[in-house]
Amino acid sequence: MQTTLSPGSVASRAPSLPEKHAVKLTINGAVHHLELAPWTTLLDALREYVNLTGTKKGCDHGQCGACTVLVDGKRINSCLTLAVMKDGSDVTTIEGLAGENGLHPLQTAFIEHDAYQCGYCTPGQICSAVGLMQEGRAKTADDIRELMSGNICRCGAYPHIVDAIQEVMQLDPNA
Amino acid sequence: MNSFSYARPSDISMAVGELATHEGAKFIAGGTNLLDLMKENVERPNRLVDINRLTLNTIDDTEDGGLRLGALVTNADTAYHPAVESRYPLLSRAILAGASAQLRNMATNGGNLFQRTRCYYFYDLATPCNKREPGSGCGAVHGYNRIHAILGTSDQQPETTCIATHPSDLCVALSALDAVVRVTGPNGDRTIPFADFHRLPGDEPWLDHTVQPGELVTAIDLPAKGFSDYNTYIKIRDRQSYAFALVSVAVGLEIENNRITDARIALGGVAHKPWRKPEIEAMLVGQNLSEADFQSVAEALLAGAKGYGHNTFKIELAKRAIVRALKQAANLEPAS
Repeated sequence: MQTTLSPGSVASRAPSLPEKHAVKLTINGAVHHLELAPWTTLLDALREYVNLTGTKKGCDHGQCGACTVLVDGKRINSCLTLAVMKDGSDVTTIEGLAGENGLHPLQTAFIEHDAYQCGYCTPGQICSAVGLMQEGRAKTADDIRELMSGNICRCGAYPHIVDAIQEVMQLDPNA
Repeated sequence: MNSFSYARPSDISMAVGELATHEGAKFIAGGTNLLDLMKENVERPNRLVDINRLTLNTIDDTEDGGLRLGALVTNADTAYHPAVESRYPLLSRAILAGASAQLRNMATNGGNLFQRTRCYYFYDLATPCNKREPGSGCGAVHGYNRIHAILGTSDQQPETTCIATHPSDLCVALSALDAVVRVTGPNGDRTIPFADFHRLPGDEPWLDHTVQPGELVTAIDLPAKGFSDYNTYIKIRDRQSYAFALVSVAVGLEIENNRITDARIALGGVAHKPWRKPEIEAMLVGQNLSEADFQSVAEALLAGAKGYGHNTFKIELAKRAIVRALKQAANLEPAS
């Protein structure tokens, strides 16, 4: 037996969707005006609405760090913040790190040190390392390991990642 | 995530008004725990009130020589603040022992107090949980309970059983420091001594704390006494970084002429709230360092502890961690 519902009866019972919000984000230097539902995470806004897919969705729960971006200069998990909460902010993703003179030094160092295998965590690793260097708290290789612990690499490229960061920080490799 | 509406009030009274007029609304600050739980359908607010634009983001000296931590200062900015590093290094250490650098850049001091338990059964909608669904039972008490509580649990009635722990590191330090939480709400301002902020599960395991619906934490006050000369925070966990505590110990001591004049010991990972027993801490006062009986203090603090199988190891682990923390805080052993 077929049941036919008139469109009107469905619409009258459907919960009304909350309004979308105007969100202004400056992403890698370019201003974007977006209209987003409140539950859109910053990660989904970047990937689905601005087509910047360099930032990866790994666990979507803040446990893996693949979604790490810089917001107003600070590294955060873009999966655990709503885009609307960051209205007016300045966002830097992996796509925004290279400059006129080529790759960011950390990108070059990751290539030279073979600091990845599959590469899925790499954008998050590099953005996290940029944040770490700006914070200026890491003095030793142990500090780097501790302060990069929010970025998981399931290929296990950790020793090369630490080497790459250490080189760019111009630390003593034996520290 | 479920559908919800969003508001971004620009002052505190508007924020409090939002919650007073919208049943089912919740405040959001850093969002690191709330959004995670919303993705899991454990938390289902119908409206989020974003308090990030409120001016609760400074750290200031108080008149009585203490420090006021704004509710919206991030964990990272708090841990690395010069006044916290120099006057309350115990707090700094505890914060840096928790989460990851990214999460500490997002999570706020106020939000940290409202962290929910990391009990697997609380997160798993397919299992009973008295905290998530009052009266439904407890999946942990006869389940896999390695990370669960050994002190102050509720296990006599199925409908109120709860052996969840409070997951915060920051709160263990705040407990040791006798912090005071400042809140505002529909009925005005009030302060809550830290010991009264979180609660044991008792007959209402669904309640984590004593803040009333609609109240907003505005600041956390640290008293002048910071135990900056003799303190430690030891956190024992399955992974050396970025893991929740199996057992953690915050110790602050005051020592004059080789004699202990004040002592604070707070335990994390063992109960529904940071665990303190001031009457047992008092056992240390007056003791000479060379003869201090740390083992008896550890035994007394764990009196009445109860294991549930997978977590029974925590009882001995906590005792050893307490002894080690006391020795390290007193500079009798190098910091680990």
